[in-house]
Amino acid sequence: MSKTDSDAPKRLALIASKGTLDWAYPPFILATAGAAMGWDVGVFFTFYGLTLLKHDVEAEVSPLGNPAMPMKMPFGPEGFQNINWPIPQAAMSIPGFNNVATGLMKQTFKNKGVAAVSDLRDTAVELGVGLIGCQMTMDVFGFKREDFVDGCEIGGAATFLEYAADADVSLFV
Amino acid sequence: MTTLKVDSELDCSGMLCPLPVVKTSQAIKTIEVGQVLKMISTDPGAPPDMEAWSRQTGHEILESTEEDGVYIFHFQRTT
Repeated sequence: MSKTDSDAPKRLALIASKGTLDWAYPPFILATAGAAMGWDVGVFFTFYGLTLLKHDVEAEVSPLGNPAMPMKMPFGPEGFQNINWPIPQAAMSIPGFNNVATGLMKQTFKNKGVAAVSDLRDTAVELGVGLIGCQMTMDVFGFKREDFVDGCEIGGAATFLEYAADADVSLFV
Repeated sequence: MTTLKVDSELDCSGMLCPLPVVKTSQAIKTIEVGQVLKMISTDPGAPPDMEAWSRQTGHEILESTEEDGVYIFHFQRTT
């Protein structure tokens, strides 16, 4: 795990701690971009971020309490699609609102040419990005190793810190 | 416009970050050192990103052009 060779590639160490759709993107985008530049990349998935390693990525957006989130319709003429709908925060607590907002957001991403989170994760694995799931989070929430994709390993804080000790870039997401 | 000999071509039209960088990194591995990859992108973020990718990987940008929102890069594999 240690980067002792001075000719070794640059290293990026990320912590992914959040499991909503908007927070799911940054670690996978940065990880794949880093790996595409020939960097050595490792991502530690902890707390709600650990759910991003489940076989099916079920990340949703959470508009409630998130007033900066643009509310867009992913269909119709461009002018219509560019409208930022002023939906009251109270309406966002209606059951099912997250599902609808998530569907619209995913369609907007797709329309604009952004890869799905699960596709970026597959790409990350293909590019050799190290995915480390947090053992403690597994214990707390009752997750099992078989709940997660094959391309990940399981470890703890020391595992990540040893890796991050030799990182050129370290980010907490 | 270009007289460069192209050995492989990659169309990233319609794709946004990080896909042009990722697809280019995969495509450059399919050609030999010294050969040229032509990449087409419609992402306005592609020029700065591809320049950073070039600096980080060492693969050279032989030519970079833009016309009507279409960016065309010619990369030479160096390693």
